[in-house]
Amino acid sequence: MTRYFYDKRMREIFWQAALLVGLAGTIILIVRNASQNMVNAGMASGFDFLWRTSGIDVSFVLTNYTPDANILALLWVGVANTLVITFVAAIAATLLGFVIGIARLSPNKLLAGLAGAYIEFVRNIPLLFFVLFWYFGVIAALPGPRQSIGFFAVAFLNNRGLTIPVPTDGTAFRIAALVVLAGFIAQAAIAVWAKRRRDATGLIFPVWASGLALFLALPALAFGIAAALSSWDVPALRGFNYRGGFVLVPEFVALFAALATYTAGFIAEIVRGGIQSVVKGQWEAAYALGLRPNRALSLIVVPQAMRVMIPPLTSQYLNVLKNSSFGAAIAFPELVSVFVGSALTNTGQAIEIIAITLAIYLALGLAVSGFMNWYNARTRLVTR
Amino acid sequence: MTLLARGALGAAILALGAGAATAQQLAPSPTLDAIRARGHLECGVHLGLPGFSFANDRGEWTGLDVDFCRAVAAAVLGDANKVRYTPTSVQQRWPVLQSGQVDLLSRNTTITFSRNASLGVNFQGINFYEGQTFIVRTASGAKKPTDLENASICVAAGSTEERMAADYFRERNLKVSIINFQKNDDAIAAYDAGRCDSYTAGIGALAGQRIKLKTPGDHFIMTETISNDPQGPVTRWGDERWQAVVRWVLNGMIAAENLGVTSKNVDDMRANSRNAEIRRLLGADGNFGAMLGLPNEWMFNAIKQVGNYAESFERTVGKGSPLGLERGQNNLWTRGGILFTSPFQ
Repeated sequence: MTRYFYDKRMREIFWQAALLVGLAGTIILIVRNASQNMVNAGMASGFDFLWRTSGIDVSFVLTNYTPDANILALLWVGVANTLVITFVAAIAATLLGFVIGIARLSPNKLLAGLAGAYIEFVRNIPLLFFVLFWYFGVIAALPGPRQSIGFFAVAFLNNRGLTIPVPTDGTAFRIAALVVLAGFIAQAAIAVWAKRRRDATGLIFPVWASGLALFLALPALAFGIAAALSSWDVPALRGFNYRGGFVLVPEFVALFAALATYTAGFIAEIVRGGIQSVVKGQWEAAYALGLRPNRALSLIVVPQAMRVMIPPLTSQYLNVLKNSSFGAAIAFPELVSVFVGSALTNTGQAIEIIAITLAIYLALGLAVSGFMNWYNARTRLVTR
Repeated sequence: MTLLARGALGAAILALGAGAATAQQLAPSPTLDAIRARGHLECGVHLGLPGFSFANDRGEWTGLDVDFCRAVAAAVLGDANKVRYTPTSVQQRWPVLQSGQVDLLSRNTTITFSRNASLGVNFQGINFYEGQTFIVRTASGAKKPTDLENASICVAAGSTEERMAADYFRERNLKVSIINFQKNDDAIAAYDAGRCDSYTAGIGALAGQRIKLKTPGDHFIMTETISNDPQGPVTRWGDERWQAVVRWVLNGMIAAENLGVTSKNVDDMRANSRNAEIRRLLGADGNFGAMLGLPNEWMFNAIKQVGNYAESFERTVGKGSPLGLERGQNNLWTRGGILFTSPFQ
């Protein structure tokens, strides 16, 4: 017995187990207490509400949700919208952030000054203001439905959104998308093969030519054929607005623009910090080898700067995910808006709905940081 | 233990028992006790709806729903000003009431089955009969709800209007786009900015919200309603005595109108009226206040300081206000409305 008592490993296991049991006990106690109190207060509890008919109309749906579907389907609408806005906003913010961050280091005083002013402006303004500014700006800039800007009489832009035609049957487009995907994979394989061959024999294969064909010509051809084969649901003005087609709502555009421009300000500073962390000798060595500034930046400096930039970039991507909940303020139907806004007040089941929402954000956030950690491990400086 | 000590103990037990017996005449009411202890009523109101609950330019809360909070404070504490208002959004109102942060919710809230059954709240009567309709730009030419085909409609997420509008158009196979905002004010602002063709709420609420628009004259409130939205004060489950207080203050304000008691003549009525119900209502006869654990002048104070239902209505949403609403359904049953009350007997 005393043998176990003095064993360091045993003691560690004991304390960890005790902590775990204590934690589980506390959670069980809280849950039981809460549900008992809710029963006493006459409040409904449980998760049955997820299968109730939702009856809520949503303005931007990417799934096949209708108001006749259940609340679980409504939740999925919110998750899908959150994922889409986060994904596109994070990509745009990264691109914009890199451009601004590099511009901030430009020897051109005007360019560097403008980039610096942008960063200071963005970083010192609350995001909610940004979101509302873009939202009312977007609405004010666009005409009403009757004065819509038409594109070839099939797509229409007005302050209700951008209405584009959609094929009534998506099969042809799905096949085209698979063909394009196959093209991308083929191009990646060619690039790997070309590099190996170059390393082995010194012969250069024109990778850009196959890239041009596979990235531009093939998609254009595939989607062109699909478009010609499909029949189209073309929007037509009826009543108050265009009917038919797919509507990209102004809320999406405003939230996208706000998240991208706001986060870009922070990413720009991360990029600047990353580049400046690369010692001057690396630049000088690159110049000594005869590389031009652009090549030195992209071949020598940025790959080393990436190692410094990835951990703070992860935080920014997580911020984009969480900040997408600002969509609720401008009626973009993301997770918080549809689930914590509409569903919660309709069902009154606050604890369940908040818990589900927290769990989803946690899962999405962990997935993002998991991916970034994997990428970080891959790009880490290889040391021997 | 000496004999004397035993006697003293016995007396103490007797005294305690007697004390308990007097207290038992009234069911315990933790809410009333709490209000008296803190010296003010906690009332949940709307974030800002002219005519119903709206802070004026001097920062004072006014409106039909606010008047009801004031009447309850006058009945319980003798002073209509002893109210602290908690402005609540569509989504905040339930947790604020359920958690006990407010004693009473008086806030343009529609009575529905599922709210009563699953939120642990009770509706204590109706202080405003309302029907949902739509506001549109006059230039759009829309006159009735079915004219709104393909319209974008701004609405507050989680309101009864959100689902009612969705159900209404779905039933008629009309496609509309419903844009859900977090707060009524956000939805109104978006409507005003041109994002939506229409905003939907009750007729009375729309009359109030219209005042906030940039040019109220350019907008038209439809007369055809798509729902019946009775609204009234809400309390949580439990504490029946407190619920009865809230219910009977509302009944008292309506009864006062029916009996011709106003804030102007209430002193005279209390002293000289020969009508038995008026005498009971104002505490001149009987002990109606005491039956609920309130001062006997409870309704006297409420009517004197706030007025009867008609006075409150006309001052806040009726002809004496910028909303200028007709009494309509909100008139007494004897004058073509559906406002009815139970007798003070």
